[in-house]
Amino acid sequence: MGVNMAGHTVTRAQLSESVYEEVGLSRNESAELVESVLDEMIAALARGEMVKISSFGSFSVRQKGRRVGRNPKTGDEVPILPRKVLVFRPSHVLKNQINATLSDDA
Amino acid sequence: MTKSELIARLAEANPHLFQRDVERIVSTIFDEISNALARGDRVELRGFGAFSVKQREARVGRNPRTGEAVKVSSKFVPFFKTGKLLRDKLNT
Repeated sequence: MGVNMAGHTVTRAQLSESVYEEVGLSRNESAELVESVLDEMIAALARGEMVKISSFGSFSVRQKGRRVGRNPKTGDEVPILPRKVLVFRPSHVLKNQINATLSDDA
Repeated sequence: MTKSELIARLAEANPHLFQRDVERIVSTIFDEISNALARGDRVELRGFGAFSVKQREARVGRNPRTGEAVKVSSKFVPFFKTGKLLRDKLNT
């Protein structure tokens, strides 16, 4: 139940295009750098580090314990093994920016 | 890893770029994601995850100290769903 009123989805391609327009590198290199940013973030998270981007938000890795789940279709009990999950906490700046523009036409 | 550490790592891996260009690259990426969400758009980065905006309905909350009922108006919150590849990498 996302909002997505305009139905637009932004992908790597748009991010690369913005980097291309903003920084003036080639399109190829802009795309590579977008990839490098994501790769560095993924590597840090895989090492168990928190990734903190000021005025955007922070990504942290949380350890989840073992619990008993259920197959919703059959009702069978299935063990859910301990695992790590990623949690994103948006910064107040991001939350305020979103509410400033979206709340008016809600 | 903070944003400045991320910039430092990228600058090190790309010695042909000026530090200020690396800063602009990183800022542009997060600004674009923020602006997309502020338009109500989704941002889908395969392998990493997807950002979207969810609407929280207005509700009547309570001041936990006084027990007084307070109106909480409807609001929008950014939401991130971890991509499959990243989820797998966290668990290897």
